[in-house]
Amino acid sequence: MPQRRGERIIELLLFLCALVSVGTTAGIIVVLAVETFAFFREVPILEFLTGTEWTPLFSNQKFGVLPLLLGTALVSTIAMAVAVPAGLMCAIYLSEYAPDGVRRVVKPVLEILAGVPTVVYGYFALTFVTPLLQQWLPGLSGFNALSPGIVMGIMILPLVSSLSEDAMQAVPRGLREGAYALGATRMQTSVRVVVPAAFSGITAAVILAASRAIGETMIVAIAAGQQPRFTVNPFVPIETMTAYIVQISLGDTPQGTLEYRTIFAVGMLLFVMTFALNLISTWLRNRFREEYN
Amino acid sequence: MGVNLASSPSSSGRRRADLVFQAAALLVLVATLGALAALVATVWNDGASRLDWRFLTSFPSRRAEDAGIYHAIVGSFYVILLTGAMALPVGVAAATYLEEYGGRNPMARFIELNIANLASVPSIIYGLLGLGLFVRLMGMGRSVLAGAATLALLALPVVILSTREALRTVPSSIREGSYALGATKWQTIWYQVLPMSLPGILTGLILALSRAIGETAPLIAIGALTYIPFAPDSIWSPFTVLPIQVFNWVSRPQVAFKENAAAGILVLLTLLLTMNAIAIVLRDRYQRKGRS
Repeated sequence: MPQRRGERIIELLLFLCALVSVGTTAGIIVVLAVETFAFFREVPILEFLTGTEWTPLFSNQKFGVLPLLLGTALVSTIAMAVAVPAGLMCAIYLSEYAPDGVRRVVKPVLEILAGVPTVVYGYFALTFVTPLLQQWLPGLSGFNALSPGIVMGIMILPLVSSLSEDAMQAVPRGLREGAYALGATRMQTSVRVVVPAAFSGITAAVILAASRAIGETMIVAIAAGQQPRFTVNPFVPIETMTAYIVQISLGDTPQGTLEYRTIFAVGMLLFVMTFALNLISTWLRNRFREEYN
Repeated sequence: MGVNLASSPSSSGRRRADLVFQAAALLVLVATLGALAALVATVWNDGASRLDWRFLTSFPSRRAEDAGIYHAIVGSFYVILLTGAMALPVGVAAATYLEEYGGRNPMARFIELNIANLASVPSIIYGLLGLGLFVRLMGMGRSVLAGAATLALLALPVVILSTREALRTVPSSIREGSYALGATKWQTIWYQVLPMSLPGILTGLILALSRAIGETAPLIAIGALTYIPFAPDSIWSPFTVLPIQVFNWVSRPQVAFKENAAAGILVLLTLLLTMNAIAIVLRDRYQRKGRS
């Protein structure tokens, strides 16, 4: 029956298209691994992971990635310090307090916040937030970790808030009603019943937000500077892993050189970190979905 | 779960704490929305005076007041059209497989998990993939084609997820009716299921593309140029896009270029709002049709 054979061929074609996504993951790993191995043939992996000086473009080359890693951690920590408490407050308000009308207006607006291109946030950090902060903090450099950190926090806030709200909405009504019946106020119900019950979902949201912060590129490339420093001082210029990749991509470093390979080694580290965080987040989210089903 | 009410002194004290908490949460929400307002106001104040017809139709220039954004608008259009042309067929095919054929088999579940993970891989990593795979291995160079292929991979998880949702809204009675008339599985999908879910698929595609059009980092990584005095005229041309041109202007110390950057952002945001508005209109029409 020719028709049946056609059906099988079509199914096969569709399956191949679905495999493109697996191919993408494999492609990322292969491309990064090939260049990273070539890099580690010239630079000892121990020097890369434990060195505190990163100067691949100077004549005295040092390949310690820790300054970039610390820069990334610093900006991400500031971003999380903004996004987690504020995002949770927004989520609690929207899930437990807000009337339907307010929720219908506010949620799409928060979505807009999440859809603004990151280069726009970078502009905002550099030309608005940094000068604003400099009025109170005279020691703040024009490029620093604080301002992009805060702006990145605003950027990932909708992610924390919407995923946390989903987790809170999944908490059965019965738990809330039980708390109300015991005379608890809405605040007590939210903080002591709903949030603990939704804890794994909220944690998943926070981890996903951390992964987003670590991989965010344009805000830090514009507003944090290009000086890989081994410091936790948020007032001075630093450089993150992502910003370094941008810096080399824009420069005239010839392809195939050791300096050029550094971006793949740094990219590999970035990929491994975010991939691990994403896996943990997916695992936690699946767990909380099962809890009440 | 223990709710310890004994620690709260009195009913009125707890009431007050509840009100304070509610006010604080509302304040945080208002501050967040205020940040969005401040962002829009900043960009508008800085850039609105630069935004005119000449700015939209001029090429870049070393002199800020002569510089325009025509080449970047054309570049963005080229890249996004090509991205959509690549991401749509592959994404819809993949989603159709997972939703209509794959079922619960282990391979399909593995692919699903993989797509969920890909959706949160940093975009600059896609740039490194595009650099290694499209620019170098496949020899596309730093062309419109390489940029679009990179962004298509980036957009694919979003297209797949939204297509699956659209396919799920088609009632099973439609499928059963089609089978009852003797149609094969593929005929059912091609003539019944896909046409019915088309508005939902297109909405998802537009939203995915509106994210791709704002992407800067992956295109910088594949080596899209930051200064290019002409518009692309084929898929092999070197190119630049709106966000890269904005980044280029932001990175310069002169105030006049910052104004150009703000004006460029206004163009980019207008484009984004237009695309989102189209998506919303499509979704509304779709929902009304689904109900009747």
